[in-house]
Amino acid sequence: MAKALTPAIYGRLRDKITPNNWTLDQCIQTGVDNPGHPFIKTVGCVADDEESYEVFSELFDPIIKDRHNGYDPTTMTHPTDLDASKITNGVFDDKYVLSSRVRTGRSIRGLSLPPAGSRAERREVERVVVMALAGLKGDLAGRYYGLQDLTDKEQQQLIDDHFLFDKPVSPLLTCAFMARDWPDARGIWHNNEKTFLIWVNEEDHTRVISMEKGGNMKRVFERFCRGLKQVEQLIQERGWEFMWNERLGYILTCPSNLGTGLRAGVHVRLPNLSKDTRFSKILDNLRLQKRGTGGVDTAATGDTFDISNNDRLGKSEVELVQMLVDGVNYLIECEKKMEKGQDIKIPSPVTQFRK
Amino acid sequence: MPFGNTHNNFKLNYKVEDEFPDLSKHNNHMAKVLTKELYGKIRDRQTPSGYTLDDVIQTGVDNPGHPFIMTVGCVAGDEESYEVFKDLLDPIISDRHGGYKPTDKHVTDLNFENLKGGDDLDPAYVLSSRVRTGRSIKGFTLPPHNSRGERRGIEKLSVEALTSLDGEFKGKYYPLKSMTDAEQDQLINDHFLFDKPVSPLLTCAGMARDWPDGRGIMHNDNKTFLVWVNEEDHLRVISMQQGGNMREVFKRFCVGLQKIEEIFKKHGHGFMWNEHLGYILTCPSNLGTGLRGGVHVKLPKLSVHAKFDEILGRLRLQKRGTGGVDTASVGGVFDISNADRLGSSEVAQVQLVVDGVKLMVEMEKKLEKGEAIDSMIPAQK
Repeated sequence: MAKALTPAIYGRLRDKITPNNWTLDQCIQTGVDNPGHPFIKTVGCVADDEESYEVFSELFDPIIKDRHNGYDPTTMTHPTDLDASKITNGVFDDKYVLSSRVRTGRSIRGLSLPPAGSRAERREVERVVVMALAGLKGDLAGRYYGLQDLTDKEQQQLIDDHFLFDKPVSPLLTCAFMARDWPDARGIWHNNEKTFLIWVNEEDHTRVISMEKGGNMKRVFERFCRGLKQVEQLIQERGWEFMWNERLGYILTCPSNLGTGLRAGVHVRLPNLSKDTRFSKILDNLRLQKRGTGGVDTAATGDTFDISNNDRLGKSEVELVQMLVDGVNYLIECEKKMEKGQDIKIPSPVTQFRK
Repeated sequence: MPFGNTHNNFKLNYKVEDEFPDLSKHNNHMAKVLTKELYGKIRDRQTPSGYTLDDVIQTGVDNPGHPFIMTVGCVAGDEESYEVFKDLLDPIISDRHGGYKPTDKHVTDLNFENLKGGDDLDPAYVLSSRVRTGRSIKGFTLPPHNSRGERRGIEKLSVEALTSLDGEFKGKYYPLKSMTDAEQDQLINDHFLFDKPVSPLLTCAGMARDWPDGRGIMHNDNKTFLVWVNEEDHLRVISMQQGGNMREVFKRFCVGLQKIEEIFKKHGHGFMWNEHLGYILTCPSNLGTGLRGGVHVKLPKLSVHAKFDEILGRLRLQKRGTGGVDTASVGGVFDISNADRLGSSEVAQVQLVVDGVKLMVEMEKKLEKGEAIDSMIPAQK
């Protein structure tokens, strides 16, 4: 935001409002309050509603282009592909990959986003989503736990399952007003098998997560796609839909999550590779990022890393998951080579999205 | 907050019960007073600068309760908030300020000559003395609501006023955003530096926005007079020194305030004040005098006496830890200050501190000698 916002742009946008009456200062407050982050280059602005991306496009478009590696929202279109059958080599060696996970977010069209929504809007999101989820069946059947009504026992169970999300403490989120009225209308839904999980009203209207122990990313992604499609159908039956357009893909609160909003990742042990000075360059060329196993604001401990795709916008879900799969397979190959005392190569960079 | 208030009208499309916050787990003054009916009655109002009911109560919704003190749970965004939302704020003010009625008048007395004694508190027990208050500048909105432009305007006016002071008040202004490391270390060592608020009571009310823009500290060369600019209020004015001469501290306080007010008035921006609520500040708990006069005092024996809290209550005093409002005491040293703000004057409140602390030090001395203090316990003031 600080790179893109000039006094001239501020002057042109500061008297504009979205149809829901949100303003520029509200979008940028988090970036003003948080000058910089030690681990990652933060975006520094959020959308308050779907229309923020249009009304304030003079600010958002250059930020999107900068953040998404040159994707130009004024000229390019974003592909959506949720056909999991296309994934190849998507089962990893369990000796290295401890768990596999895919997440995205979805926003309910017509309601303001978490930085801005009032209590009534937030409760409406909860109502719409919970009603839809109640219609899931088979391996996806499950139940909803509203944060404000959790019993101690349920809370402990959700913590033990690593499902419970807490009130945001990161100032990146609190300065964007996403923690208001906590825990009102926030909750967690998960299926009985504990492999499909939805967060309601955290940083986005919904975060959809498919996960399991071990390295079967293909099955994780298959469940992910199936679940998403069913939820979409269920809300459409009631006259609602997800925020989406062909310029920006799925619309989410943070511009960094536009497009697919997809982060597919594994917790993987790489004791030898992680100590090699070429590790970062290898990840860069594979278009992967590393995080600590505690999530976005944490550092790695020990030899286990959270490795996931860098990109969100300009490539489809299938393309991104395949890149993650190919990348992680490569990292494991490197690790195996190093175990045997063999040398490894830095791979050539994966190509950018098609123009 | 300065983000455009027209969304308030948009919220009116939703039913009252859909917008009314869930206060079932809450324990603060706002939650005690705000019913669904009251919410429904005043939710369509806004002040001339666009401050709304939801703005007023957000901090109380986000902070259900505090372990040490009963929090207020709401803030004012501008001078008019206390009028426009009086249906909510009057009962809260009454509850917080000992039954103060909407028709009551508040007396202001900053004539330090009216204080009796106060120059003889035993420095073996009273380690330091301090008086603080806040002032809001008319014509600007308050810290929960003001924009960067307003905050900078307040800073500019304040710097002009403060750097024109002379005599014992002559000093320098340090803007937070351009402080050198050396200056910062010095201000920390002097116990002057205020930091970005971390208390959610303040951050949820939007008071830390744009930090550290427009914030700063002025202090005199003697380091006995200090002004914070744009923290929780437009100005916080502090007079302090080591030892127990509260009289001298209060004199400096009154004289300094008068000089500052003169300069602001010359620029057409006097302090916010009215005869019902006295000085207008961000938090309803600071209305009236906004004055907290207190000492750091060693009371290791008295503080563990069964009647300590009762004594404090009767003397109209409150205890805090030496780290300030959200802390606990360390090593038997307490921060003892006046509990009241509204309905009595500055002189009267400092008098209570002076008399009360003098009595408690005598009690401490008696307890040291193994004597009982029951006969010294005062009647309710």
